[in-house]
Amino acid sequence: MAKAPAKTEPSQALDQGLAVGVARLTPEKIESTIRTVLKSETGARLSTYVETCIHCGLCAEACHYYLSHDNDPHYAPVGKVKQTLWEMIKQKGRVTPEFIEKAAIIAHTECNLCKRCAQYCPFGIDIAYLMLVVRRIIHKLGCTPLYIQDTAHSHSVTMNQMWVKGDEWPDTLQWQEEEAQAEFEDLRIPLDVEGAEIMYSVIAPEPKFQAQLIYQAAAIFHAAGVSWTMPSELGWDNSDMAMFTGDNEIMGRIKRAHYDAAIRLKVKRIVMGECGHAFRSVYDVGNRWLGWEMPPIPIVHAIDFYYELLKEGRIKITKKYPTPITLHDPCNVVRGGGLHEKARYVAHTLCESVVEMTPNREHNYCCAAGGGAINCGPPYKQTRISGNRIKAEQLFAAKTRGAQVLIAPCHNCHSGLHDIVHHYGVGLDIKFFGDLIYELMEKPA
Amino acid sequence: MHAVYAFVSGPLAWLAFLLFFGGICYRLVRLLWEVNRTEKFIFSYMSWKYSLRSIGRWLIPFGTANWRLHPGLTVATFTFHICLLVTPVFLLSHVVLWDEAFDVSWWTLPDGVADVMTVLVIVCCAYFLIRRLVTPEVKFVTTASDFVILAIVAAPFITGFLAYHQWFAYPVMAIAHIVSGEIMLAAIPFTRLSHMIFSPLTRAYMGSEFGKVRHARDW
Repeated sequence: MAKAPAKTEPSQALDQGLAVGVARLTPEKIESTIRTVLKSETGARLSTYVETCIHCGLCAEACHYYLSHDNDPHYAPVGKVKQTLWEMIKQKGRVTPEFIEKAAIIAHTECNLCKRCAQYCPFGIDIAYLMLVVRRIIHKLGCTPLYIQDTAHSHSVTMNQMWVKGDEWPDTLQWQEEEAQAEFEDLRIPLDVEGAEIMYSVIAPEPKFQAQLIYQAAAIFHAAGVSWTMPSELGWDNSDMAMFTGDNEIMGRIKRAHYDAAIRLKVKRIVMGECGHAFRSVYDVGNRWLGWEMPPIPIVHAIDFYYELLKEGRIKITKKYPTPITLHDPCNVVRGGGLHEKARYVAHTLCESVVEMTPNREHNYCCAAGGGAINCGPPYKQTRISGNRIKAEQLFAAKTRGAQVLIAPCHNCHSGLHDIVHHYGVGLDIKFFGDLIYELMEKPA
Repeated sequence: MHAVYAFVSGPLAWLAFLLFFGGICYRLVRLLWEVNRTEKFIFSYMSWKYSLRSIGRWLIPFGTANWRLHPGLTVATFTFHICLLVTPVFLLSHVVLWDEAFDVSWWTLPDGVADVMTVLVIVCCAYFLIRRLVTPEVKFVTTASDFVILAIVAAPFITGFLAYHQWFAYPVMAIAHIVSGEIMLAAIPFTRLSHMIFSPLTRAYMGSEFGKVRHARDW
């Protein structure tokens, strides 16, 4: 309607997967795919959201991309819906391949599905859901960005995100067990122990290139005397990029494998590492696809588990961490799981000084890496960084009030914040809660 | 003129109320039927407690983070919606019509107060119009239909105000007022004015998801 200001575009490297996918599109394929998804995969929720939206723009200030691009309306949540789904609905699927390319970039790299906008829309319209519908269409059109599509392929072939081969997984665990035994003589990383209390699951990047996190977790479990196990075969990886590419079928397969592993091992609950998207997948999304209202087995995020260990005194802290820290609230476990107060309990128990960043808790700004954005890879690194200047400002404000270390209890947040801290020169060390607990806990001889 | 008046205040009024109440029932039944058909899971996540918690919180002016971020709009939207709902229902001249036609009547607003509330609705409509034209994030997503629905809502109040004060062409203005009121009633279920029916439901669903599953506040 009204003439819009020019969009401030970040510099954009070529995404070969997207370019090839778009080159293969025909108008007929686009139209029939959009129509099929809208007709047979959506229902009252989508139509009510679209018809109820009063175009008030009140969701705009919820979005870190909007705030970071000097309030450019293209980045307002409703602005993104206008540039994608509204147009697809209005044109009844008759949109061009160029439109699909733009929609893929918007839905995959300019929205982290953090759902902060759902908290700001007076009607509670779930804009992240609308973006997921767009991603589903993009997936069915074969235009998902290359890097994240590769992780979905990995899920499909290996049932883990990082092409970790069958023998590499137990091999990595045994390697870490041996390493840890130099420090704790009788430490074990127990594989396939039927009837253990806990199944510990991690995301595939841990065995792939952060194996020391498995070492740390094993040390913490060992010190706390926890009855735990890890599956040696399929189902050990709790991550899920298929959930973010709109590949619901693969999402269902990998979540089933994960729950099945826990059921097979007859554990009482699944404890997972410090990852947000995996929590979202196992706790809130995968279970629904498989027909479970809530997960078939209790899901405990690391924050929740550390809270329990510290509260019950199963882990003793030798001394408090002297350096002032600030705490990042990951969307998927805070806005998605309500763990913000427990995270604060853990932070205050471990550290002498906790500097709150603002806004915080449910209102915290996203890291701009979540929702699969960081998994879209190097072509979109600048999109994430320029799209989250507001986070750098928020972090810098915490730093000026004394914070020197940033706790980010989520893998995606960790990596995304790393890029932001470095690009903007914020100068904060980034750590997991596990890093601090391992460093500070009383270690058994 | 009398024949026109008799038509718009008789058969046309019946039609408008039929479309209003019938339309609301139709839209609600259809929605529930559709949810039941395609997204039945929504029912299992709905919670009265968290629905009412969320709706209640958003009904408090400045009760949510976003209301506090936009003080001007918050004052305007609460003033607008309260006056929009209360004024027509409790206006003396409307209640007199109900009394004459059906022998039912209820408490009414003093005329002076109703007059001020009418002006407030018009002022707020002007505010919304200007906001649509000048605020970039609103302008960007504005379509022609946004101006149409704003006009549909403003018209009965502008004509009602002019008719009440009888400044000019009273009979024409009175008829225009009745017709525009009827258009508004009939349009509510079938345009995006249907947010009157649906927004409590979308809010309730989001409130339930946040309360029951996410254990977080949605405000």
